[in-house]
Amino acid sequence: MSGEMTHEEHGAVAVEEHGHGAVVEGTPFADPGLPEHRPRLTDIDEKAAKRSERIVAALFLLSAVATIAFMVCYTEVPNNTSTIVNFFPLGAMGASNFALGLTLGVALFAMGAGAIYWARTLMTDVELPQQRHELESTTQDKSEAAAEFQQGLADSGWKQRPLIRRTLIGAMAVLPLPALWILRDLGPLPGTTQRQTAWTTGELIINDNSISLDGTQGKGVRPEDVQVGTLISASPAAVLTAGDTTNDMMSMSAILLVRMNTADIKSQQEIDWGYQGIVAFSKICTHVGCPVQLYEQQTHHMLCPCHQSTFDLSDDGRVVFGPAARSLPQLPITVNADGYLVAKSGFDQPVGPSFWERG
Amino acid sequence: MSTHTADEEIVPTTLGGKAADYLDQRLGIAGAAKKNLRKIFPDHWSFMLGEICLYSFIVLLLSGIFLTLFFTPSMGDVTYNGSYTPLDGIRMSEAYASTLNISFDVRGGLLMRQIHHWAALIFVMAILVHMLRIFFTGAFRKPRELNWLIGFTLFVLALAEGFCGYSLPDDLLSGTGLRILQGMLLAIPIVGTYISYFLFGGTFPGDDIVPRLFTVHILLVPGLILGLITAHLILVFYQKHTQWAGPGRTEQNVVGLPLMPVYMAKAGGFFFVVFGFIALLGGLVTINPIWLYGPYVPTQITAGSQPDFYIGFFEGALRMMPNVEWNFWGHTLSLNILVPFAIVPAVLFTGLALYPFLEAWITGDKREHHILDRPRNMPTRTAIGVGGITFYGVGWLNGGNDLIATHFNLSVEAITWFARVAIFVAPVFAFWLTRRICFGLQRRDRDKVLHGRESGIITRSPEGQFSEIHTPLSQGELHTLTSHEVHRPLTLTEVTDANGVPAPNLRRAKLRAKATRWYFGERVEKPTEEEYHEAITSGHH
Repeated sequence: MSGEMTHEEHGAVAVEEHGHGAVVEGTPFADPGLPEHRPRLTDIDEKAAKRSERIVAALFLLSAVATIAFMVCYTEVPNNTSTIVNFFPLGAMGASNFALGLTLGVALFAMGAGAIYWARTLMTDVELPQQRHELESTTQDKSEAAAEFQQGLADSGWKQRPLIRRTLIGAMAVLPLPALWILRDLGPLPGTTQRQTAWTTGELIINDNSISLDGTQGKGVRPEDVQVGTLISASPAAVLTAGDTTNDMMSMSAILLVRMNTADIKSQQEIDWGYQGIVAFSKICTHVGCPVQLYEQQTHHMLCPCHQSTFDLSDDGRVVFGPAARSLPQLPITVNADGYLVAKSGFDQPVGPSFWERG
Repeated sequence: MSTHTADEEIVPTTLGGKAADYLDQRLGIAGAAKKNLRKIFPDHWSFMLGEICLYSFIVLLLSGIFLTLFFTPSMGDVTYNGSYTPLDGIRMSEAYASTLNISFDVRGGLLMRQIHHWAALIFVMAILVHMLRIFFTGAFRKPRELNWLIGFTLFVLALAEGFCGYSLPDDLLSGTGLRILQGMLLAIPIVGTYISYFLFGGTFPGDDIVPRLFTVHILLVPGLILGLITAHLILVFYQKHTQWAGPGRTEQNVVGLPLMPVYMAKAGGFFFVVFGFIALLGGLVTINPIWLYGPYVPTQITAGSQPDFYIGFFEGALRMMPNVEWNFWGHTLSLNILVPFAIVPAVLFTGLALYPFLEAWITGDKREHHILDRPRNMPTRTAIGVGGITFYGVGWLNGGNDLIATHFNLSVEAITWFARVAIFVAPVFAFWLTRRICFGLQRRDRDKVLHGRESGIITRSPEGQFSEIHTPLSQGELHTLTSHEVHRPLTLTEVTDANGVPAPNLRRAKLRAKATRWYFGERVEKPTEEEYHEAITSGHH
């Protein structure tokens, strides 16, 4: 392969590549051919072979026993909540699961081990060579195939009738489009819904912890219930009547209530939008939308457990670390006539992750 | 057989023979059976990695069919009243409730769920390791480039399939995963919001995503995987397996043991071993205990939330990326999400898919290869692979930065900053180090060929000098260690025509020459026969 070779000729001028694809071929040490087969103990000692045979049979029998044990365990071992098996170091497991997994595992494993042991000790281990066939077709086959193809092409009139050819290609190009078109009703168009939350002026703030199991009852929050350093997850009262769309509403409208000493709050706007040091921020991370949850009382830092974006709740929800690019939006709050915390207005910006139309 | 003349006619007597004859008269299978029953496969432990992929996929199909019989792919609200009392009376989706039902009230249900989840983890892990084996041994070279692409597609499909399945139970963890996916979709320029609304059927989470992912998870993607696995195996069968260099093993043959009976027993047995191992895991080791997480509520989250391991790289990249976001002309471009979610994976995956073609262009090698490379003998390829693993590994580790922080009492900011630097530095260092190690190993092979193997026997010469006897290698070992090829870089002579105009393809040729210098510029030569005889006759050692 070494030596000068000219490649990729374009007209009269070419680049000479020396040692193109050059490799040192061949080997300095000739191939001595396949080594002689060395017999195994089971090849020459009938006793050893018999022992192997018994081991294989024993494994197959073990498999059958475990299979039957599996079926017995299915009916006899109580289900996963009533009995627990503890074992070191993997922990605790429901008794039924433990018994079924163990018996099924043994049944399968012993079956496989028996077959492999049989192959390794008693079946032939004389390595045999087999020739590879040439993958590439012969020149004759290639030219015959090309001729057949050309004949087919000629018979179709593909080349002589460009009108048919072009209209076919054009029609085939648009034919798959309905496959996309028909997907239009997968969902509504976004419109402005990505900017809307359930918060409007006077919307009552509900403590998430007070919401009943069925999701229809909940209690408001009085300022005096919120101590300095307290963190409360809260929702708009609208979630109590949202029914099937509760999760949708929560994923946009969830907020956090935090009370700080007003002296600790660095931003005047934040103080103004709060009520006696109680401030409300969107709970939805501005990165990809996880609920932020980990609150550090001393620093007023709020951490998102998903990707560790960290927001300073004493400074307009500013990002102090992590991949989130925008501050947590603050919800202006006040109290209503009954003394409960309510929204003074909606959010002044979209909450949650960024999106192309957000601006 | 009835058309044969009477003296040639075979009259089957056994039941099996009769059945075979019945089939052959209708399907003509004797020809295929004659050729394939004793087909030779080479033997090496690393050839089992692909088998693990196949077998864990079969386990996934079997356990998955069972699970579909009991799972309700619906996000409709129900109130739980099953036998797991801690969640009694809580409102949840039917999907989550039926998953609890499978776990606690269907006998063997939890076992099947855990088998399914463990098998999925093993499936993806085995694909990764199998792919690395193919990469480092050069098994992707001609004629197997197309099978590499099929395998690559299977890898991507496996990731998608895993993510869909993970999202189905609608527990707090899987819902959080979907929330993150939706947040990332929103970041796609121009169409992101629309894609999200079409996928989720409106605002997040909506009522549609679980039934839709269910169809994708149990029909669409597994159908594609099944079809591609079939094509993958047909090509392996048709092109015949690669083999390691050794005495009697050439580019023209394949040396090993026959399919019937040895590989039927070994490979068939190995299926049961893999299945048995996964069943034991499912029975003994808890995986994804969704009852501890509770139903998905968009306002709740647990600290230390982790995706399955194969999503870890993407998760880590997302955590690592600094918070760059551009606002212009009323639009928002979230590079903090697009870079880790789209750009980095696109570059990494495209590079992985196209590597065989890139290497073939650099080496200019148009020959077929059936003998595998030892990784040390292709130092640059091996170093690229290890660099890639390191890049992936740094991202993957950073996916657990919160857990590393809490377990090792480190600051999560410090770990993230370390990863932000290491993702660039570590792969370069790994590339350099791997090449050094490869060259070192090649030199050791060279020494072994020239001077033999250390025997452990110390002799004392009449002069009182101590030395260790080196045993010369056998001819077979000498051949094995020197049968590889040593590539040389390309040199160019610039050719100009009479008017001094350079060749039109000069730029490309120069680029290629540069690539080959980078690839093969530094190398360890094979010992020649003369060197060998010199070493023997000099009486050294």
